Amino acid sequence: MRHYFTLLRNEIWRLLISPGTYIAAFLFLLVMGFMFQWLLQLYTSDPQDETPSSLFFRLFFVPVFFMVPLLTMRSIADERSSGTIETLLTTPVTATEVVLSKFSASYLYYCTLWFITSSFHIIFFTFAQSDTFIDPYPLIGGYSYIFLSGSLFLALGIFASSITRSQLVAGILGFTLVFGFIVVGSNVEDLSVLAAGQAHWIRQFSDHVDALQHMGDFSTGIIDTRAIVLYLSCAATFLFLSILMVEYRDGAS
Amino acid sequence: MDSPNHAIEVEKLHKRFGKIEAVDGISFQVAQGQIVGFLGPNGAGKSTTMRILTGYNRASSGRVRICGIPVAADPHSIKRKIGYMPENNPLPGDLRVIEYLKWRAKMKEIPRSERRRCIETALEACDLVRAQDRIIGKLSKGFRQRVGIADAILAEPEIIIMDEPTIGLDPHQVILIRDLIASLRGRMTVIISSHILPEIEMTCDQIIIINGGKIVGQGSPTELRETFIDYTTYQLELNGCPEELQSSLSGITPELLVDKIAEPDAAGFSTVEIQIKGNQDYGERLFQTLAQSPELRVRSLRRKIEPLENVFIAATRRSWETVDRRLAPAEGE
Repeated sequence: MRHYFTLLRNEIWRLLISPGTYIAAFLFLLVMGFMFQWLLQLYTSDPQDETPSSLFFRLFFVPVFFMVPLLTMRSIADERSSGTIETLLTTPVTATEVVLSKFSASYLYYCTLWFITSSFHIIFFTFAQSDTFIDPYPLIGGYSYIFLSGSLFLALGIFASSITRSQLVAGILGFTLVFGFIVVGSNVEDLSVLAAGQAHWIRQFSDHVDALQHMGDFSTGIIDTRAIVLYLSCAATFLFLSILMVEYRDGAS
Repeated sequence: MDSPNHAIEVEKLHKRFGKIEAVDGISFQVAQGQIVGFLGPNGAGKSTTMRILTGYNRASSGRVRICGIPVAADPHSIKRKIGYMPENNPLPGDLRVIEYLKWRAKMKEIPRSERRRCIETALEACDLVRAQDRIIGKLSKGFRQRVGIADAILAEPEIIIMDEPTIGLDPHQVILIRDLIASLRGRMTVIISSHILPEIEMTCDQIIIINGGKIVGQGSPTELRETFIDYTTYQLELNGCPEELQSSLSGITPELLVDKIAEPDAAGFSTVEIQIKGNQDYGERLFQTLAQSPELRVRSLRRKIEPLENVFIAATRRSWETVDRRLAPAEGE
């Protein structure tokens, strides 16, 4: 892992000098700001059971759907289509270092963007609820879930990018994988075919991988180690598959 | 390992892509410090061979040794010995030249104390000092090409492999790169591929002509000429009738061809080419014969050196004929 930090520094530097990074960050924060504001409007019309923060985290998947493919689709597919992967892999670096540095750079960027959204809550507590103390635990739980699930979602995106040389295909595939994990995982138990008792294990499985349920748990302060193991092990698996993909497509072929 | 003075040893190298045999049993050796040129039509297997040498692609079968180390067994340490510039010279468009070279120097494991000197040397060698702060994506093709070459020579590796380094350069830059490559002679082993034949001829000690995945010709330019060109050509400026020349020269050898290639000038001299089969030197005998016929006045006579193009065309044509012959019985069945 000698070159990991050299590669990571270069990846971060290239993110910092690219205008696309700032445009994406601006759009992300704009969408999130509107969402937060829309949530607050709900509170002015009707009384709600939950705090605005936990409702805000409940909608975390909306930006994930478009941010994850946009962040990761370039990573390996672009290197491959422009041919720079050839100059990269003919220096003494390994495919592991390349994949991990790309993953780490996009993960850091993803976490930074989400971290900035914490200012919404601070502003909200300072101006709207100045008489109460800020309740940090749902925030800590919610953000730790976002950072945890981010590792899996970005690993899925990197994997999608490692399969192909077209950024478009990588983006669509990344979106499909993330969408599949969040939506299918949360809704598979509602299918009427599974109403019969024999599909008990499917229900258990879908309970286990239900992203929305995990989010709810975390933002109410329940830190479930099963979820932590699930996300980290799946992320590691997909990163491993990406490394194999790069070695297969760009090393041995 | 045997013969440590060979920088590159390739033995029966095969590379298959599905049903296509891209490289079909190539064997060659390159001595340390030599400059070798790869010639061949498009799709001949030059780039694939180069990629296998760098350890980027793996061969289907065969053996490649770089400085005595087998590439397949230890691709990692090979990469420290090679500076490689791929076909089409891919570069990240968003970095500045100096940023890119600094990053590459780190990746190539150049010690911290050496990095600055190495980068400066490479920048100077490729005439990039003034362009070092410019963004690569906004450079012209010639500049980008030179950035790729600077990257290849950056770590001062033992072996430099460049796939078409002079493509897209203007004549000044071509001369610069030619001098640069020539200056590496003796210090580093260089393999270049190119379509610009005079370029290869001027710089390379050894030329390897590849066609259809096989080596069809190998050796120094002179050796290749002797192998593939089985006739000698003389060019003379003559005042007189070419038909008369044919008849007066027929005494030297029956296998002689006279061809007028230019109309007479103001003084009445026209340029004529005489093609004689074989590689012997007939110069003196031609002079003697011409001196005996007073109606044929000669102003100049010189032996014409066949351009490498003719060698290249002859070598590739010969290999195609073998391929055709091999295919012919298969079609008949």
